[in-house]
Amino acid sequence: MPNQVKLKIDGEYVEAKAGESVLDAARAAGKFIPSLCHVKGLTPVGACRLCMVEVAGIPRPMPACTTTVQDGMVISTVSEKLTRYRQMIMQLLLSERNHVCAVCVSNGSCELQDMASKLGVTHSEFPYRYPRLPVDASHPRFVLDHNRCILCTRCVRVCAEVEGANTWNIMSRGVTSMLAADLNGNWGDSETCTMCGKCVEACPTGALAVKGKAVEEMTKNTDAVSRLATARGGTQQ
Amino acid sequence: MKIRDLEALGEVRRQGLAKYKPARPRIAVGLGTCGIGLGAEEVYQTFVSAVEALGADVQIVRTGCFGFCAEEPLVNIAIPGKPLVIFSQVKPEEAEHILTDALAGTVDQARALCKIQSWDHLTGVVNFGEGFPGIPEWDEIDFYKGQKKIVLRNFGLIDPEDIEEYIAVGGYEALLKTLRNAEPERIVEELKKARLRGRGGAGFLVATKWESMRNAPGDRKYVICNADEGDPGAYMNRNQIESDPHSLIEGMVIGAYTMGASEGIVYVRAEYPLAVLRLKNAVAQAEAYGLLGEDILGSGFSFHLSLVEGAGAFVCGEETAMIASLEGRAGRPRTRPPYPSEKGLWGHPTSINNVETWYNVPVIVSKGGRWFAETGTERSPGTKVFSLVGKIKNTGLVEVPLGTPLRTFVYDIGGGTGDEKAVKALQTGGPSGGCVPEEMFDTPVDYEALAQLGSIMGSGGMVVMDEDNCMVDVARYFVEFTHSESCGKCVACRVGLDHCLRILNKISEGQGTEADRDALEHLGPMIRDTSLCGLGQSAPNPVLTTLRYFRHEFDEHIEKKRCSAFVCPELVCYYIDAERCKGCMACAKVCPSKAISGSRREVHNIDQERCSRCGSCCSVCSPAIAAVYRESGGITRRIEPRKKAKRAGHREKTP
Repeated sequence: MPNQVKLKIDGEYVEAKAGESVLDAARAAGKFIPSLCHVKGLTPVGACRLCMVEVAGIPRPMPACTTTVQDGMVISTVSEKLTRYRQMIMQLLLSERNHVCAVCVSNGSCELQDMASKLGVTHSEFPYRYPRLPVDASHPRFVLDHNRCILCTRCVRVCAEVEGANTWNIMSRGVTSMLAADLNGNWGDSETCTMCGKCVEACPTGALAVKGKAVEEMTKNTDAVSRLATARGGTQQ
Repeated sequence: MKIRDLEALGEVRRQGLAKYKPARPRIAVGLGTCGIGLGAEEVYQTFVSAVEALGADVQIVRTGCFGFCAEEPLVNIAIPGKPLVIFSQVKPEEAEHILTDALAGTVDQARALCKIQSWDHLTGVVNFGEGFPGIPEWDEIDFYKGQKKIVLRNFGLIDPEDIEEYIAVGGYEALLKTLRNAEPERIVEELKKARLRGRGGAGFLVATKWESMRNAPGDRKYVICNADEGDPGAYMNRNQIESDPHSLIEGMVIGAYTMGASEGIVYVRAEYPLAVLRLKNAVAQAEAYGLLGEDILGSGFSFHLSLVEGAGAFVCGEETAMIASLEGRAGRPRTRPPYPSEKGLWGHPTSINNVETWYNVPVIVSKGGRWFAETGTERSPGTKVFSLVGKIKNTGLVEVPLGTPLRTFVYDIGGGTGDEKAVKALQTGGPSGGCVPEEMFDTPVDYEALAQLGSIMGSGGMVVMDEDNCMVDVARYFVEFTHSESCGKCVACRVGLDHCLRILNKISEGQGTEADRDALEHLGPMIRDTSLCGLGQSAPNPVLTTLRYFRHEFDEHIEKKRCSAFVCPELVCYYIDAERCKGCMACAKVCPSKAISGSRREVHNIDQERCSRCGSCCSVCSPAIAAVYRESGGITRRIEPRKKAKRAGHREKTP
């Protein structure tokens, strides 16, 4: 078939659709590649750097989510170096803001938490930064807690690409980057927000949650968001 | 007047030559930003009023920078039939004297820096004349010896604000030739022969890049000039645009024709107002002469060039971030592939090249790729412009063939530190580069050799460091820079650099541990390997190279709490030697924290609790007394009277 390409992932031959990402191809073949910023159907951004894989012939690891499959590609998803890097990145994420699971609405159903335990990360070797960050509870239905945000931009993308509201964006730069509603106003005052809640469902952590949920009560349905996005045809990079 | 053919171009060339090499004396003042900073504007105005007062028949023009920035203001005098004479460090009060000499058909030979009898603009040779045996030729003085001016071929000689002077030295002939021959594939062939590599830092083969863009489907294509130069210590691109904007335009039109683009953008730093002004002026002139815009030179080929000023983000020098910025989005990079040559600005094929890359194009077209490849090394042909700054006697723009050893830069061209202090390291490639220690100065400068040392060639910044530079502080400085310029998109760069900076701050404050140093060694390769764009991938270089070559300085800071360069304020204490202090009050007066006690004729004392370690006392205490001394981790140092550097390039006056 002309639209099929063959590649080798961890020694196994895998068939994939031309134009598909390495991440999707590997996952379809039952491989586990960690990632936090990727939602199938949304534009891949390569922000979390957890899905780094080794591609034969390329000296540097490549993010699986933004690398397209090519015929004859040889990929390894596991190596000592990759594991070490993934663990370090996980620690960087945990140390960046205030991820205090015990008091988090998403405790027990948090992708960040799950990923940390899957990667065997129980704590951060780097000192915790403990920044003082605000909580925006101005919205009638939802809450934004910057302390839990990992800047994966899933909310930004689902809002722009599926809902078409473009409420969210990232402001500032570097380690001071923050999620901002409209032109950095209160979420509750946003004139673009349609209150659809897709951003909340797409959020991997407790950063975006339904108002009124107590600790451990918030569960997300990211699959539904992914299905919606994919059914729309998905956005190709 | 629109130029349509060779004849018309020749006519303009004659007009231009009459201005460039007039039948009356011509005085050109170097008015690049470097010259203006050292008072060249005042010198220029003094010449103008002196000429008016004397009613003399003299032409006065503004020109760009001739490269020797330490010796600005540079003024060159051309007397018909005589060599062009360059004066350095010209003061306004000398203007009248220089002018009357020139009117009398002579110059003060002992005062002159150098002369040019004949200049090869590569697109044309200009013979000024012979004479003035008392003045050395330009390439006989240390700074210019070993330099080869390909990119800087017109710098500091022609008037950058006058297109006719550029045409006078053979400008736009390469373009005419390109459009007449109508064989764009031949240009790619010449570039292949030249093996020209991108001058922005990565060193990608230009021919390959252009060819893939040429073959990319689509009838709407863009060419972009990356003039978003932001490395600390680098200013090559600024001076290039300020001194010779038309070479850039010509290069871009040739490139656009070769690649089939009809629109071009120069993305230039807003912090370069003079470059913006001169380039805007040059674009307007080129349009007026039919060298830009619709139906260029009557060939039917149209190309529009516009200028976009950057909003001050370093990361926008990365091509995908630059495209995002041009499209009106936040300047954040995206993963490549797809490369801009497949999917660039507004989704159309786009070719982004550095300023200096474009400058090489007209020369390669006019002299041929084979000629170009004769200079430099096998894998890195041609020349490269570097800005040589820091603890060096002869600062300036230096253009040398690639493959020249670092030692030549520092000692032969740069003249060393200019005092008795020893050179410790050379930092190449700005915040993406690394520090090369003195022992390795025999390394030739090319893309591969510098990468081997853990540094990069980068866009061409070269910062010389001596024993007064603390390498921990240097690493900290560069990480602070990349940390504040990181866009924040990917975790490795955003959070990784934050931890790096915190650790480096800790070490320079004397709070570091061996575990911290090891953490740096683990973080560095991780950030390098997993960051999304070039900024993050190269940001650990300054840390990793200093750790590799100056590990002992890190160890000193950690174990002995000592900064042997006396730079890190938390590790340095200031004391007053009771036996030497004369009680002159000089230090007490300048102390901003009022930490110095003792009245006149009484021995002073510094209250360590109140002292903010600013070092002001040290700088005012007379070297003859030298009562204030510094202490760090058990070593002390008194103020040594810093011998004033002898004026670079100035020759001893012959009696």
